[in-house]
Amino acid sequence: MNIRLDNVVKEFETFRAVHGVSLDIESGELVALLGPSGSGKTTILRMVAGLEYADAGAIYFGDENATDIPVRDRGVGFVFQHYALFPHMTVGENIAFGMKVSKVKRSPQAIAERVKELLDLVQLSGLRDRFPGQISGGQRQRVALARALAVDPRVLLLDEPFGALDANVRRDLRRWLRKIHDELGITTLFVTHDQEEALDLADRVVILNKGRIVQEGTPEAVCRNPADAFVMNFLGDANRLDADIRGGKAYVEDVAFEADGVADGGGQILFRPADVTWREDGQGIAAKIVRVIDRPDSRRVLAMTGSGQPVEFDTAPEFPHRKGEAGFLQIRRARVYASA
Amino acid sequence: MTHQGKGKPPRVGDNKIFRRALLTIVLLLVGLMIVAPLVVIGVEAFSKGIAYFGTSIAHPDTRHAIMLTVITALIAVPINTAFGVAAAWAITKHDFWGKRLLTVIIEIPFSVSPIVAGVSYLFVYGLQGLFGHALQAAEIKILFALPGIVLASMFVTAPFVARELIPLMQAQGRDLEEAATSLGASGWRTFFSVTLPNIKWAMLYGVVLCNSRVMGEFGAVSVVSGNIRGQTNTLPLHIELLYHDYNAAGSFAAASILAGLAIVTLIAKVALERQGAGRVQRPSALAGADSITPEVKP
Repeated sequence: MNIRLDNVVKEFETFRAVHGVSLDIESGELVALLGPSGSGKTTILRMVAGLEYADAGAIYFGDENATDIPVRDRGVGFVFQHYALFPHMTVGENIAFGMKVSKVKRSPQAIAERVKELLDLVQLSGLRDRFPGQISGGQRQRVALARALAVDPRVLLLDEPFGALDANVRRDLRRWLRKIHDELGITTLFVTHDQEEALDLADRVVILNKGRIVQEGTPEAVCRNPADAFVMNFLGDANRLDADIRGGKAYVEDVAFEADGVADGGGQILFRPADVTWREDGQGIAAKIVRVIDRPDSRRVLAMTGSGQPVEFDTAPEFPHRKGEAGFLQIRRARVYASA
Repeated sequence: MTHQGKGKPPRVGDNKIFRRALLTIVLLLVGLMIVAPLVVIGVEAFSKGIAYFGTSIAHPDTRHAIMLTVITALIAVPINTAFGVAAAWAITKHDFWGKRLLTVIIEIPFSVSPIVAGVSYLFVYGLQGLFGHALQAAEIKILFALPGIVLASMFVTAPFVARELIPLMQAQGRDLEEAATSLGASGWRTFFSVTLPNIKWAMLYGVVLCNSRVMGEFGAVSVVSGNIRGQTNTLPLHIELLYHDYNAAGSFAAASILAGLAIVTLIAKVALERQGAGRVQRPSALAGADSITPEVKP
């Protein structure tokens, strides 16, 4: 089932608004809505689910206009950030709930069989008679997914599915969700504020800021070609230096960078901490080391340029220089943007 | 955890002397303020022998008062429970204009003296009141009759169930209802299968409080009932009447019935809770991740 959002608008008095979002999701695709809190990503997801109504615009499921179909009849599976498992029902009863209330009548045996099938799918066969309060967070999330899948939804929607879990469980569940998605081939849309999660899991990443889509594309496309400084910053650590743009070049203290297509005037260059080399001879931007931070696999160096702008970069753990030493920053790869 | 080391309290603030002093104060106050009066009621009720207790209870006026109190509770408590659930549901799960105001208004009966409520009912339904003539013309008797007693009782106990439910339902949020709806459940189905089971203990507690208060209500009922012996006298009013008749033993006998009704309510609540606890081992709805049991690999 492909989904199409056509200029969807939602106004709130608070910051969660959505301003004219259009988006196409192919059948069977796994798409991440990525953005900081308040970017409207959850609101978009809830509108697709029918938990929130759009003020303007339309949402299509296939050829059907689903904009005004209530959530009950929309046929979506929704997984909540905090699971929203029914605490008074066992794991099995939770999964069976959707089938029991369905307009499509099923025999108790058929329901029991389907529950067993889903428990096998999410690898929780032994926990059918436990209550949600008696299982771990990761297990609850898997139950929530099984419950959402039980009603054979046309679309699977997940709101910050791993947000409440600790880092290791999160990584495992991520890979596992990808596997399930590949097995079932169900169109899936999920919301996250964690860029690593989005890049790790999704076929396509939609990056939102302040209720608008700022960029969409494959993880490769958004990582290699961030559309603007916001995307560059949001996807990972980035350094920023003021630059002067003249005739297709950006100048930072006499060092020139390619700046094709950026208008002359004030600008900025952004670059990743891994794209910097520290040199003792006179090539690059003059800087002084302020602090050295040790990490398991590298050394993070905090430096200050001659004009007083901070730069962070990563080096091998053997990096011999210490606080107070002066040298030059050679930036191997940078992106140039006009000033915001 | 066993106590480690000698002389040091196992936890901060767990000082032996402090703990004992605290416990002594609490027990002393419970004894003086709660247990002693109850014992006195029991002792005084039987001070002239069981036979006299029996005749006191069997007196038609007393029997009528008991009946009237029970009937009032049977009408007022279910209505106020339905009202409380509806109000809490509306306030916590929906957004509408005037929500805050409604929350405050529901609390008014708590802050207003019951006697004020009674007097205001006189002005609304009384002969000189707003609807007095219309009601008289229609030959509907509200004041100095059962409807007035029920209305006054309902006014006084209106907030009990709602107040128990609002904080709980607010903490639960809308996730469960949204989940149920997204799975295809209708509004009613969602309410009975998902909402109600998660609020029933708080609701039950509200019902118990509401019931105790309806049965014990004196001030408001005293004004609107007219204190007609054998007709509009509820049990609390009857107790006072007997006391003013210098019939202390009779008064205590009636009081023991009222206390008995309260105890029955409490026992019913505990029994219901036990039954529920057998099914669900009270897992906290808001329990954090990775609590309680370790993973069991299938």
